[in-house]
Amino acid sequence: MLGKLTWDSVPWDNGIVMGAVSFMAAVVIILALIVTRYGKWRYLWNEWFTTIDHKKIGIMYILVGFVMMLRGFSDAIMMRSQLAIAASAPGYLPPEHYDQVFTAHGVIMIFFVAMPLVIGLINIVVPQQIGARDVAFPFMNSLSFWLFVVGMALVNMSLAIGDFARTGWLAYPPLSGIANSPGVGVDYYIWSLQIAGIGTLMTGINFFVTIMKMRCPGMTLMRMPIFTWTALCTNILIIAAFPVLTVTLALLTLDRYLGFHFFTATAGGDQMMYVNLIWIWGHPEVYILILPAFGVFSEVVPTFSRKKLFGYTSMVYATGVITILSFSVWLHHFFTMGSGANVNAFFGIATMVIAIPTGVKIFNWLFTIYRGRLQISLPIMWTLAFLSTFTIGGMTGVLLSVPGADFLLHNSLFLIAHFHNVIIGGVVFGMFAGYSYWFPKSFGFMLDEKWGKRGFWLWVIGFYLAFMPLYALGFMGMTRRLNHYDIDTGWQPLLMVAMAGAVSIFLGIVCQIIQLYVSIRDRDLNRDLTGDPWNARTLEWSTSSPPALYNFPFTPVVDGIDAFWAEKQKNPVRPKETRPYVDIHMPRNTGAGFIMSAFALFFGFAMIWHIWWLACVGVLGILFTFIHRSFETDVDYYIPAAEIEATEKLRSYNV
Amino acid sequence: MMKIAKKYLTWIIPLLFLAGCSLGVLDSKGQVGKEEGALIITATLLMLIVVIPAIVMTFVFAWKYRENNEKSTYAPDWAHSVKIESFVWGVPFLIILILAIITWRSTHQLDPYKPLDSDVEPIVIEVVALDWKWLFIYPKYGIATVNHIEMPINVPIAFKITSDAPMNSFFIPRLGGQIYAMSGMQTQLHLIANEKGTFRGLSANISGQGFSDMTFTATATSDKDFKDWVNSVRQSQLRLDKVQYNKLSNKSENHPIQYFSYVEPRLFEAVIEKYMMPGKQDADRKFIIRQD
Amino acid sequence: MSSAAMDPHVEELDEHSITIFGFWIYIMSDCILFSTLFATHAVLMPNFFGGPTPKELFSMPFVLIETFLLLTSSFTYGLAMLAMHKGKSVQVINCLVITFLLGVGFISMELYEFHELITEGNGWQRSASISSFFGLVATHGFHVTLGLIWMLVLMWSVWRFDLTKQIKTRLTCLSLFWHFLDIIWICVFTVVYLMGAIAT
Repeated sequence: MLGKLTWDSVPWDNGIVMGAVSFMAAVVIILALIVTRYGKWRYLWNEWFTTIDHKKIGIMYILVGFVMMLRGFSDAIMMRSQLAIAASAPGYLPPEHYDQVFTAHGVIMIFFVAMPLVIGLINIVVPQQIGARDVAFPFMNSLSFWLFVVGMALVNMSLAIGDFARTGWLAYPPLSGIANSPGVGVDYYIWSLQIAGIGTLMTGINFFVTIMKMRCPGMTLMRMPIFTWTALCTNILIIAAFPVLTVTLALLTLDRYLGFHFFTATAGGDQMMYVNLIWIWGHPEVYILILPAFGVFSEVVPTFSRKKLFGYTSMVYATGVITILSFSVWLHHFFTMGSGANVNAFFGIATMVIAIPTGVKIFNWLFTIYRGRLQISLPIMWTLAFLSTFTIGGMTGVLLSVPGADFLLHNSLFLIAHFHNVIIGGVVFGMFAGYSYWFPKSFGFMLDEKWGKRGFWLWVIGFYLAFMPLYALGFMGMTRRLNHYDIDTGWQPLLMVAMAGAVSIFLGIVCQIIQLYVSIRDRDLNRDLTGDPWNARTLEWSTSSPPALYNFPFTPVVDGIDAFWAEKQKNPVRPKETRPYVDIHMPRNTGAGFIMSAFALFFGFAMIWHIWWLACVGVLGILFTFIHRSFETDVDYYIPAAEIEATEKLRSYNV
Repeated sequence: MMKIAKKYLTWIIPLLFLAGCSLGVLDSKGQVGKEEGALIITATLLMLIVVIPAIVMTFVFAWKYRENNEKSTYAPDWAHSVKIESFVWGVPFLIILILAIITWRSTHQLDPYKPLDSDVEPIVIEVVALDWKWLFIYPKYGIATVNHIEMPINVPIAFKITSDAPMNSFFIPRLGGQIYAMSGMQTQLHLIANEKGTFRGLSANISGQGFSDMTFTATATSDKDFKDWVNSVRQSQLRLDKVQYNKLSNKSENHPIQYFSYVEPRLFEAVIEKYMMPGKQDADRKFIIRQD
Repeated sequence: MSSAAMDPHVEELDEHSITIFGFWIYIMSDCILFSTLFATHAVLMPNFFGGPTPKELFSMPFVLIETFLLLTSSFTYGLAMLAMHKGKSVQVINCLVITFLLGVGFISMELYEFHELITEGNGWQRSASISSFFGLVATHGFHVTLGLIWMLVLMWSVWRFDLTKQIKTRLTCLSLFWHFLDIIWICVFTVVYLMGAIAT
């Protein structure tokens, strides 16, 4: 009846796990009590769970991303503290637990932190930047989000019920095969990524169509803001790369569940095939993450330099070149597999070629600051930190792309330092820049600068303390994923420095939480009444903060790059609106995405625990909800012109 | 904490990218490792040509063009300059071009499959990654060890590597690069030790529970000492036939060093073949012991 | 940014063309999904592990009939689309029923083939070669099955609501999907069956 699930599947005797589970349960229960106390369930359901407004979906993505960052960070600090003490000692995390911790850390940080932050920002910003009212397929957008939440929920459930994979974040077989990982850990891994991945694929299609088809009149491709360009390229990468992930995970599933021989050690299976496939997805994946961060910087730098972006065309071409090249470099993740010198050299050189467009981007941002008037504020601080940090990460990346050098540094802490250097120094700093830049647009009030700056410094110092020692440890021959080591290696002092860095980052996160709290508390003092608090350049700043449901009362018409800036130059005082308002056609909220995802959660959980009847319920539930939804007729409505006029009056009163 | 951090910071950062530091892989005791280390230094120096100016420009520009510096030029519409743009595409291009040439050459030269140039006949060592220990077979001497390599200095060593466990990576940081160990396949690695010493060896790819203790020692010694060592191993009571091998391949953590005075002939090939041919193994990946 | 008043009609986006465009993009991503499976098949096909080769496994006349069923179903779907453009809903349903039956025939033959292979002891457990065959062909079959369910729903919708604008959009999408699966099948037929029979 319950498949493999028994009372003993819960790790009752593991104090650390049960502590974390109780804490999470307590938070959920307290939140539920608060919502019940204030009678907000109906509000939550009507305004958030069923919403198909891209702005709200974006906010929810980012919220989930930040919450999961806390979870992923707890894993990080557990690893750092384990290694700080485990010199010729077992430490406090035995391998069977520690291996889950580093696997969960990687999976969570990439799939459930970086991805939602990136996709959330794209959701909030892209339709506004191209002058659209919503995305091309609003219902699908809601479904994508909730499927992503299902993936996240499964990863978190693995903490309490059963265990998680102990294989590293890419789960190479044969280690992840059924013979070497007989438990449910790898199954949690497979199904959480598979379900979230399908959501991501739908997001990719959705935004590609949105950008290609829903730009406002006059916005040709070469007039799009760079963030939209990078979002376009990211979505192309998603469309092209995620099906490979889907297949790879599905084949691993067949190996594990039905005894297929795709990646098994014997019967003709090919473990190298898995490594190739997973990286054919995996390498574009890192560009999926970094490109939108590049986009954020391309918006922030001109805005805060009060100057046009230097080399717009170069930027666009550089983004395009990176997009295409990202599919030709996957083998650099395993030069040590024993491919011939020609193959290794080809992939090494293809990799370092990516440094050229990336270097161009760095210099273009620098030359945007050049001859500008740089206003120092949080978004630009993150950008400056990025420029100096990412350059180092880029350099170590090129170094790793030289096969001869990689043979020494592969799988060492040097590699760990490198990719944290580009992912934290690039993606995370970029997302923080974007978060502080577009926060007033989304909520109508500014983020507190004082606490933000404290958080900034703690993060940046913490980053250098935590990861520069790892470069040195890599040179000292320390391998990744070690649980303990010999004290004679002399690694311990550096690992303690790294631990101190992690503590500093922790304090940085605390400051950011305080920042959010203080900002909400003092929101009435920090209102953004203009809709354009940074004196910015692109269309999203031409509306009120937060924008009305329909974004734009009139579809804007543009005739150049930085359309809103040009408009402000022409008319320093915004002219009075004289056009007659018309009804606006909008899609209606729907709970179908939520319900389908709830069934997907049953399905995923049932597959993990081999509860076949529940899996059938899940599949049928998804199918019937979807078919039912397709027959719904009341899917859209018109916002009456009078209502729009009233909203806009209120807004122009503020402006 | 800050004091310790400061103390270490003062030497970490300069040491990171500079030559001549006493860090493991850059202080190689073998020719292969030395060349790979030199490659790291060359590539790094080459890239610093762009990286340093970029970082300096970040801070200089941010300072010079700060909002309240009225003296600096302000050109809000200046967004294009053929000169600068050809520079920003050109310089990285040139550096990558040079680096690409270096990469092409060094990748061929340092191909782990390529035998080393030497007048001395190489010693073949067959490596089997097991859960969670390393088996080393010296086919020429008919002996085997667990978790220990002994080798004479200045003699090239030809490692043939496979796995009878999940994927591992065979790595002796002080001697040179690593290569994966995969079941049903043979990979190769050529190394040489030019100085005497005992070096740490390890698996660099997660292979499960006992992975952290999957270490071995590699001792480079004189020709004479090596011969004495071989003779001493030949005195060992332990013999490695298929039955013994099946026992050895069971999972074990922190396995002690062991010496075998006898090795079943073609054991290494048999370990590979049992994955590639039907009927050579049972469900637990064990050899099927024939009665004949 | 111009402040000229917009013609309100321009603001109504063409949902039909957006949906079709989106569906095309989905098909492109599905194409990549199948290419990954084809690549896996190409790599693993020669790994017989002592098991049978494609030549020994497949009956070409049987597969040829299967292929004809699917090709014909694509043709009858085309007839359904022609009828749709003429607004003849009964004819649309008739053509869809024929298409559906042909599709069911195809799937039944495929399942029969799978059943035979498994009972002969040549299931996917036998070797990576057969695993890759099952992986690729069954994924195609799974797509066809989803297409059949979709077709049932659309037949019912046409019968119930007649040819509304929305149903026309959906019929067009399914048409793309159905022809796409046909093309994939031609690749499967060529690569898996024909080349398999020649190569070994």
